[in-house]
Amino acid sequence: MIRTFSYIDVMYLIAAARWTLALTATAFAGSAVLGLLLAIARISPIAPLRWITATYIHIVQGTPLLVWLFLIFFGLPFVGISVNPWLAAALAFSIYGSAFLGEIWRGALISIARTQWEAGASLGLSMYEQLRHVIVPQSIRVAIPPTVGFLVQLIKNTSLAATIGLVELTREGQLTAAGTYKPFAVYITVACIYFAMCFPLTQWSRSLERKLDVAR
Amino acid sequence: MKYGLQFRDIFAAWESILDGVLVTLTLSVWTMLGGLTVGVACAAAKVYGPGWLQRIVTAYVEVIRNTPLLVQLFLIFFGLPSFGVRLDGMTAALIALVINLGAYTTEIVRAGFQAVPKAQIEAGHSLGLSSLQVFRYIVVFPALKSMFPALASQFVLLMLATSVVSQISVEDLFHAASIVQSRTFRDFEVYTVIGVLYLALAFAFRGLFAGIYYWAFVRR
Repeated sequence: MIRTFSYIDVMYLIAAARWTLALTATAFAGSAVLGLLLAIARISPIAPLRWITATYIHIVQGTPLLVWLFLIFFGLPFVGISVNPWLAAALAFSIYGSAFLGEIWRGALISIARTQWEAGASLGLSMYEQLRHVIVPQSIRVAIPPTVGFLVQLIKNTSLAATIGLVELTREGQLTAAGTYKPFAVYITVACIYFAMCFPLTQWSRSLERKLDVAR
Repeated sequence: MKYGLQFRDIFAAWESILDGVLVTLTLSVWTMLGGLTVGVACAAAKVYGPGWLQRIVTAYVEVIRNTPLLVQLFLIFFGLPSFGVRLDGMTAALIALVINLGAYTTEIVRAGFQAVPKAQIEAGHSLGLSSLQVFRYIVVFPALKSMFPALASQFVLLMLATSVVSQISVEDLFHAASIVQSRTFRDFEVYTVIGVLYLALAFAFRGLFAGIYYWAFVRR
């Protein structure tokens, strides 16, 4: 049955955006944990650890997110591990996001002068204590603006979860477009909702960049 | 249940996969050229154009950079026919990708040109060079050099992002995966092989861009 694209459909789309946000939050948590480990491993004094993590980052940054999504969702059940769309999407986005967030945070960590590490060491702090009390607090200033920028990328990327049937904003848009035969109006609405979520973050990231004065 | 990995059936379907690689390559190269053209034009409009034009370009860049490529693609492929504009998948994909990449390159190109210190431009003017000469002899080379790495990595990301065009049934490399999958039912192996191929393409493009960078900026 063809229905019209009305106010109630717009409300449904806005309601579906909460799954986009939930997926973004899950993916960000996963990316953050993995990304932090990667960033630290990438600057660790243990060479093999650096090589392994560098290879991981090269591989993930050289493959499309869609491949990870499909490999996990359609591929894992074949090797005997069953996953639902949510778990598959959360895993894929965490793997993909960690490679980018890891590099952002590594950049922030190495932006802190070598002498700060040495000062920490000369105070008798261990490697972990130097990182925890000296380096990380200073590098957070550098890391915040690009991390917010990464969040915008993440929100946009969650639209790909629609391809494995997870009902978030884009998938809800597809379903509404199929039901109402008003694809243009539906997708414009969907785009507006994405814009409403991403644009404030973009602006925030920019103002942080200016305020924290990262350039110098 | 034990599952043995088997790649033979997938390599047997190499013709479909090769076709997919060619479509992905074609789409990527045309998008890079188109996106660069749009980016340079918009960056010029944003820096030298009148106020209203600057505002239009800013709006374009912000709208594109704050919405997903997949939605842009759907809007053009499924939405435009409502106005009687019926595009085939490949054309719709190319238009969406060029519009998308154009917005990102606009910012990169603009930043590149504005990174040239003002003092150097003033120095050029004070030596009696015309605006065109200042642009030609002072601005272009360092600007291109500073924007090249960002452009190169944006282009590689774009090449990987072209995989979403499979969602409007353009027969690219990712679409080839689903064809081979439906023939062999070897999902895990198919997507692994396709992933490795994308990785190879990404390395090839990175190598090519590094080569161009060396050839154009280092070796002199």
